[in-house]
Amino acid sequence: MVDYLLDIFSGIGWLSASPNLAFVLAVTLSGLPIFLFMAVNALVAVYAERKVSAFMQDRLGPMGQGVGLHAGKWGLLQTVADAVKLLTKEDIIPASADRKLFILAPFILFIGCFVAFAGLPFNEHVVAADFNLGIFYILAMGSVGVIGVILAGYSSNNKWSLYGAMRSAAQIISYEIPAGLSLLAVIMLTGSLAFRDIVAAQTGTTLGVLPSWFIFDNPFTFFAFWLFFVAGVAEVNRTPFDLPEAESELVAGFHTEYSGMRWSFFFLTEYANMFIVAGVAALAFLGGWLSPFPGYFEGGLWGIFWFMSKAAFLIFIMMWFRWTFPRLRTDQLMRMCWKFFMPASFLTIVGVGIWDLFIR
Amino acid sequence: MTGTSFIFWIVALLTVGSAAGVVFSKNLIYSAIALLFSLLGVAGLYVFLWADFIAVTQILIYVGGILVLIIFGIMLTHRITNVQLSHSSIQRGVGGVIVLVIFAGLSAMILNAPWHRSPAIEPLETVREIGRMLMINYLLPFEVASILLLAALMGAALLSRKTD
Repeated sequence: MVDYLLDIFSGIGWLSASPNLAFVLAVTLSGLPIFLFMAVNALVAVYAERKVSAFMQDRLGPMGQGVGLHAGKWGLLQTVADAVKLLTKEDIIPASADRKLFILAPFILFIGCFVAFAGLPFNEHVVAADFNLGIFYILAMGSVGVIGVILAGYSSNNKWSLYGAMRSAAQIISYEIPAGLSLLAVIMLTGSLAFRDIVAAQTGTTLGVLPSWFIFDNPFTFFAFWLFFVAGVAEVNRTPFDLPEAESELVAGFHTEYSGMRWSFFFLTEYANMFIVAGVAALAFLGGWLSPFPGYFEGGLWGIFWFMSKAAFLIFIMMWFRWTFPRLRTDQLMRMCWKFFMPASFLTIVGVGIWDLFIR
Repeated sequence: MTGTSFIFWIVALLTVGSAAGVVFSKNLIYSAIALLFSLLGVAGLYVFLWADFIAVTQILIYVGGILVLIIFGIMLTHRITNVQLSHSSIQRGVGGVIVLVIFAGLSAMILNAPWHRSPAIEPLETVREIGRMLMINYLLPFEVASILLLAALMGAALLSRKTD
């Protein structure tokens, strides 16, 4: 997108005179849609989460079945009310908190997520920064946010926050490993880290009917998809892996002391991270912007539509998890990662290698 | 000054400035945060050398792994509710003189060395080339390094195990 904007700018007289300004402008302008997308994504996801939980748990209010006070038709105005509430809430910084770090922490978390979005393609052309390392870049940027979480917990000067931060850090750096290893199965099959090559390798059909997405490629990649997805859910601290927030034990975990706009940065980042995990899973295993009916509805805006639908479906599964499974205990969480996920992800790598060499 | 060199100077300033912050800050946790920005700056410098793979690896390993462990270590070794962790400098005079001598020596060396200048051509793909080098040209060092890491891993597991 940066190159595309630079192309346009070179046609504009006063901008082509100063390449310096044009470059900075192009970089800034390609960041802007990402920011807008993150904000809108959070609004939609919060509404979806309310509705999904309401239908799963028979909560009459958000379902729109009850009589009396409702925020608009089907509760559509609830999200608007939420946003206004967050914007107008008082911003409280605890007196004993480490003021500088307390202010800095949400921004580090947010930036870690924001820069990861730059590498996420919505179809073959719509991507802020198209480069060869796509998938590896997003994995790496995911680890920057951990620092923000730790800082938020530490600077709050509150034991609940600190416990939440410690749990979160341990959890994220543990589950990063199986998530990365299970993506390696896909990278082995394509021989490239670029999303456009990974998606291009998934065109066509297998067995005549199924689209030849990597999830249907062989039993090991099917397994790798679930490994990645569950490890991804653990990385974004969603239930059943929400130990860092665990409202019944830690009040609200690492963001206990945050309020108003600062808190909404954590909120925005959580939903944006969910979208990144769902998006990477969709691109690597579910054919990204390819149509589920190979040969029909392909290309252009259809690409964006299919990619968004796949990501939205995976986010729906995450919400489904939330109302299905109880929260794990810390030792269970760690045992699951190191004693089950790690060997399983190594097994998928070996399995995919053997399948690709001998069975195919 | 083009747009790229403008950004280069911002990145260079960020790297050096926050590296100074690591050294001069009295608060240990502030040093760690300054180190975060310094490491990110170094990753940016790698990008300017067209070493995109190294840049991303730098962030993954140093920011995502080592820095998190450093902060973790700081928080675990002190009373957890105590925000005031500090470290102080001793023998500033002697240290300053030594640093100045080293700085002068290094500067003289950098300015006088006959540097090998390669033409600035952007490589098409770095990852494939790195993989080929590691698996063909430098296979033995690669394997030796992995054996070393395995030994370290086993040593850590042995040390952390209860002796009973």
